Amino acid sequence: MEPIIKIEHLCKEFKLKEMDVHALNDVSLDIYKGDIYGIIGMSGAGKSTLVRCLNFLERPTSGNVVVDGRDLAQLSGKELREERKSIGMIFQHFNLLMQRSVVDNVCFPLEIAGMKRSEARKKAMEYLEIVGLTEKAKAYPVQLSGGQKQRVAIARVLASDPKILLCDEATSALDPQTTKSILQLLKEINRKFGITIVVITHEMAVVQEICSHVAIIDQGNLVEHGKVEDIFSAPQSREAKRLIYQGFEKVAEMKGKRCVRIVFAENSSFEPVIGNMVLTFKTPVNILYANTRDLDGVAKGEMILQLPEDAETGEKMIAYLKNAKLSVEEMEDYESVHRIGGAQGGREEGDEAC
Amino acid sequence: MLTAREVSMIIEGIGGTLWMVLMSVLFGYILGLPMGILLTVTGKDGIRPNAAVYKVFDVISNIFRSIPFLILLLLVQPLTRLILGKSYGATATIVPLTIAAAPYIARMVESSLKEVDHGVIEAAQSMGASNWTIIFKVLLTEARTSLIVNATIATNTILGYSAMAGACGGGGLGDIAVRYGYHRWQPDILLITVVLLVVLAQIFQMTGMFISRLVDRRRVE
Repeated sequence: MEPIIKIEHLCKEFKLKEMDVHALNDVSLDIYKGDIYGIIGMSGAGKSTLVRCLNFLERPTSGNVVVDGRDLAQLSGKELREERKSIGMIFQHFNLLMQRSVVDNVCFPLEIAGMKRSEARKKAMEYLEIVGLTEKAKAYPVQLSGGQKQRVAIARVLASDPKILLCDEATSALDPQTTKSILQLLKEINRKFGITIVVITHEMAVVQEICSHVAIIDQGNLVEHGKVEDIFSAPQSREAKRLIYQGFEKVAEMKGKRCVRIVFAENSSFEPVIGNMVLTFKTPVNILYANTRDLDGVAKGEMILQLPEDAETGEKMIAYLKNAKLSVEEMEDYESVHRIGGAQGGREEGDEAC
Repeated sequence: MLTAREVSMIIEGIGGTLWMVLMSVLFGYILGLPMGILLTVTGKDGIRPNAAVYKVFDVISNIFRSIPFLILLLLVQPLTRLILGKSYGATATIVPLTIAAAPYIARMVESSLKEVDHGVIEAAQSMGASNWTIIFKVLLTEARTSLIVNATIATNTILGYSAMAGACGGGGLGDIAVRYGYHRWQPDILLITVVLLVVLAQIFQMTGMFISRLVDRRRVE
């Protein structure tokens, strides 16, 4: 199967007065129809530039972006505008037209397409129904909450009947509850309309929640990509580990002699795996960190366990956990990851002292 | 007290001032609005940057804005005579007023349009909007409140200029203030014209603010 988005050796440089900034270095990635593809990285990693290259809001310095078999660089201005109609985009700050009512915002892409006003309004109402905002049709953006604004933006994008939806930090300005409902909506859209979604984010939780695949970008380089469950349970690159372990920094005391990180992917949330293990071995384990949740009856998330001093019991426990279909990873390198964070903290302190 | 002749002269003066100011605002916008749009669009952060075009209009606008109005009035007299056949009176003053107002209005329009959030423009581009669509349906509509507020300021600036033109036979209230109030030293007429100019400025200001609030949808009701 041909990928719906094929990114080949993409480079983007910004020429500033003082120096050239390499925002993207030789990034190649295939995204297939129906995927929800997460692109994750720290701020400044180049992920926003990457997503802007996918609809040519930003022209790459070199390399190709082929969308549904069409090389965007070969298109004329008019053809590119036509192509953009099938590549929707939503933004961190929603970017609604503030002087237009909700329904007129949704009408906007239809007006661009030259649809008659009465017909456009009727169609817009249908899309507002999908996002659950029919009763706000006559309201103005200023009267809406962040989550409602993003819903309007999603309705507006759906109105042009896109094949692809690009989300640029679409939930970063929202609270956790609203984030969840917006992600749920995106998932539904992906399922119902078969729209391929590209999600740009700096939060691993977002990737975990909805993405099927993930690419990790660091300083303009693609460092790791693949299926979410593979990367989440066995991250290879340092950047991937940093992103996945980012939550652990909340744990003050991380001095366990032998720690393992376990990842829940397919276990039933009704099965008390850790509890049963403790009962089996009659030895306690220390839960240093846990971040799990129940997604439709399946436990998802991760835990860090400090195993007993006794090496033999430790081995047995690891075997037990593996047997319970959990992915288990010994955390010798946790400290090195942690030290990266510590060094950064130190540098910031140094700056303050200046 | 004023004689009947003086009263009718002052009423005529109000008419002259209104005619001068409103026509100059109209012609000023006919020239200044496209120029302001051009400055915004071709500017460094515009939707179609073009350093050469921007520089040309930038320089034109700066030159005309730096000439003091009274000097400009005298400089363009030959042009005024060419267009209207005479260089004095309210109608003739519309020519220098328009020439003074257009570059000023262009700058005002530019600053209003630059206030439009770049993200909204980007969103329109991502939907496949052409630059024309962005100009008419995003820039001008989203900035309408600011455009109207600035039009109000421009109108009152032109009102001030129109009174200044009175010094050179410009017509309207300023003309009356200079000829009767100052040269013939009739303080009552001077005072009345000044009060009338202040009242006109107030009316322009209030109307402008009222309209700008009326069309602004960014307020929570």
